[in-house]
Amino acid sequence: MTTLLSPARPAEALDTPFIIAGREFRSRLLVGTGKYASNDAMIHAIDASGAEVVTVAVRRVNLDRTREEGILYHLDPSRFFLLANTAGCYAADDAVRYARLARAAGFNEWVKLEVIGDQETLLPDTAGLLEATRTLAAEGFKVMAYSNDDLVTALRLEDAGAVAVMPLASPIGSGLGLLNEFSIRTIKHRLSVPVIVDAGVGTASDACLTMEQGVDGILMNTALAAASDPVRMATAMRSAVDAGRLAYLAGRMPRREVAVPSSPMEGLLE
Amino acid sequence: MSDITVSSTTITPVVNGEARSLSAGSTMGDLLRTLALDPQLVVVEHNRTILRDRAQYDALRLATGDTIEIVHFVGGG
Repeated sequence: MTTLLSPARPAEALDTPFIIAGREFRSRLLVGTGKYASNDAMIHAIDASGAEVVTVAVRRVNLDRTREEGILYHLDPSRFFLLANTAGCYAADDAVRYARLARAAGFNEWVKLEVIGDQETLLPDTAGLLEATRTLAAEGFKVMAYSNDDLVTALRLEDAGAVAVMPLASPIGSGLGLLNEFSIRTIKHRLSVPVIVDAGVGTASDACLTMEQGVDGILMNTALAAASDPVRMATAMRSAVDAGRLAYLAGRMPRREVAVPSSPMEGLLE
Repeated sequence: MSDITVSSTTITPVVNGEARSLSAGSTMGDLLRTLALDPQLVVVEHNRTILRDRAQYDALRLATGDTIEIVHFVGGG
């Protein structure tokens, strides 16, 4: 068989294109830029992750210039797709304002929309999220909505015009991994727009298990930034996302409660 | 009533939450230059209106009581 002679193909050659709102992205791993020990550590980890989409936050410039915190001094915007977030917003109006400011920076009209409803868990405010999604979608924004892992919320966000829905694996920065495989699988099964799991992934096995649910991608930040060695973790996450994605596409074997021998039962010695 | 001589020579818009003294007649462009900010790397909101055209900075005269927000991208998730 000729397939036995063909060399191993890279993961991307075995995958389908990753497209959001008509734009193809080269990596299903999206990464944040917050909380790194240094800007160098951030850049090296992002490079190791292979991510194309990197998230950034909108904040006041420190006018005293005690430190140069503008990320564009460190991150070359021509090498990445900058996805601004509305982190820190607790009301739809605030999130809309932040999104408009981000768009005025002139890179793109995409936004990772967060409307937070609870300070302790940073869980989304569903009503505010839907309102802001409608407003921004009507203004031409490509809204990727950070959502809880609730099917009905996800369906409403899609109806409201979100180009992708981003349910959490577990709370932001928690590293608890994928808490509800069933919810994530159901959301992916029912939505037409891409589903990108955002938040909660802690280590490579979490990313792999998440991708095995069939979702289109994962966005993570703290799992890389808070690892003892962000470059190694970013490399591991890149492999884990590929592994989980390919395992999903490959279609896993059925689970059985009893053993089934792998070797033939015929030809055993008397 | 005497003229308000102070306000004729300086203005005090509120920039990122803090009142800052500028000479009367200063424009948004002047403010950014005073702060040594690269206009390409920041976004400016003037009295809650986002200034989407950076070319208008030098034409926009500031006044006492104006509220200005200057933002940029920082690391985030």
